[in-house]
Amino acid sequence: MVEILRAGLYDSIQDLGRYGYQHFGVPISGAMDHYSAKLANAILGNTDHAAVLEFTLLGPKLKFHIDTAICITGMVSKPQINGESIENGRYALVKKDDVLSFGKKKLGCRGYLAVMGGFQTEQVMGSRSFYGSITNQQRLRTGDVLQVSNMPVKRNRSNTILKTPRSHFESDKLHVFKSVDFELLNHYQRNVLFNNKFTISKDSNRMAYQLEETLENNLNSIITAPVLPGTIQLTPSGQLMLLMRDGQTTGGYPRILQLSEMAINRLSQKNPDEKIQFKIVIL
Amino acid sequence: MLISYKLYIAEFESEVSLLKTNYRSRKSLGILPQKVWTIPVCYDSIFGVDLEEIAKEKNLPTSEVVRLHSEAIYKVYFIGFLPGFLYLGGLDKRLYIPRKTSPRQHIQKGAVGIGGEQTGIYPNASPGGWNIIGNSPLVFFNPKMEVPCFVSPGDNIHFVAVTHKAHQEISSQIKNGTYSMESEVRYG
Repeated sequence: MVEILRAGLYDSIQDLGRYGYQHFGVPISGAMDHYSAKLANAILGNTDHAAVLEFTLLGPKLKFHIDTAICITGMVSKPQINGESIENGRYALVKKDDVLSFGKKKLGCRGYLAVMGGFQTEQVMGSRSFYGSITNQQRLRTGDVLQVSNMPVKRNRSNTILKTPRSHFESDKLHVFKSVDFELLNHYQRNVLFNNKFTISKDSNRMAYQLEETLENNLNSIITAPVLPGTIQLTPSGQLMLLMRDGQTTGGYPRILQLSEMAINRLSQKNPDEKIQFKIVIL
Repeated sequence: MLISYKLYIAEFESEVSLLKTNYRSRKSLGILPQKVWTIPVCYDSIFGVDLEEIAKEKNLPTSEVVRLHSEAIYKVYFIGFLPGFLYLGGLDKRLYIPRKTSPRQHIQKGAVGIGGEQTGIYPNASPGGWNIIGNSPLVFFNPKMEVPCFVSPGDNIHFVAVTHKAHQEISSQIKNGTYSMESEVRYG
């Protein structure tokens, strides 16, 4: 078991998402940054889909009630076991009663903690990813106790390390594809989209990221149609809404661009006021 | 149509052409039997917080707003936006009313509302900008069930006005598992 001694700013359990229920209006959810979540699982020898703990800006303080192995990836924020620093991306052993804590954020926005075998929280519709009206909890709270699997720990792995390139956090380039309503944009609007830099707004969360700059347009609403994580919608007031993992399943605003999977992962590591620019991928 | 697939699909081109062949060879299934679900709604002012305002705006007595809303048969086009949220077609033109200019932070589970040219039911508590006219005690989304929504796209629904007392009774019957849904099958 793992006990949350003190919850972070926004902690939740996530795997790679809930598939096959979108026609009931169920969002896909899952780790915001799949790349980092998969990396943490890979180092422990877990499957890709094993549930990890996602934390945001300020990590939680946790106590282990079991001997196990862990790996931390994503946001760089000085993780410590009993006050001793450990490295991101390294296979680390923890013993019963060890306490894991995190310091101030240095790079990125979302961190991932994987444990050997994955967190064993409730599975609903084929996924353990937290989402308000699906799982009992939307986020972790101080005092929560999480089940983890009892797999034997391999003791000779502590040299296993995979470093995340700094570009994952620092690159401002996001690859995008044209989406179904792209052709509605005029030349001027396309120029603005691909030549300007945009600023991440404070109104950004697991559902959607928004941008400070607006794109003037007089596009009509579309008939409500499917949207995906990574779909970029343009509202009549010119706001660009970049749907993220908890995004709704359908929307009525024109869908102008679609972020690549890696672009969603990188965007998940961006904070308000940081800049981004779109790079079109021509298929 | 949206089709999601795993990134590591092996033969992308052949899968796509298979789907296109299937799509082209689609046949009409003729007239399918359609379910019409009865959805109890309490339109009392305790739930229908915007009913008075709509009535005033439309220059109709509140009872007429309720009558127009509960007389129509609505077609379920699809489920989307939020888990279990039904997109319904068939709202009487006289009840079209724009969304509220600033959305409410908290709308009750089961709230029945009108937003523009649409009516709908909030399957769970959430923020929202629709005008709220009543509340249904039914559970429109249950993640613990294999099929989480009892209504399917293509079904029809109609609202039946019930008293506050009946609303409470249905709520407790649902909790005890003794409530039985009402539906009839129509052809055409």
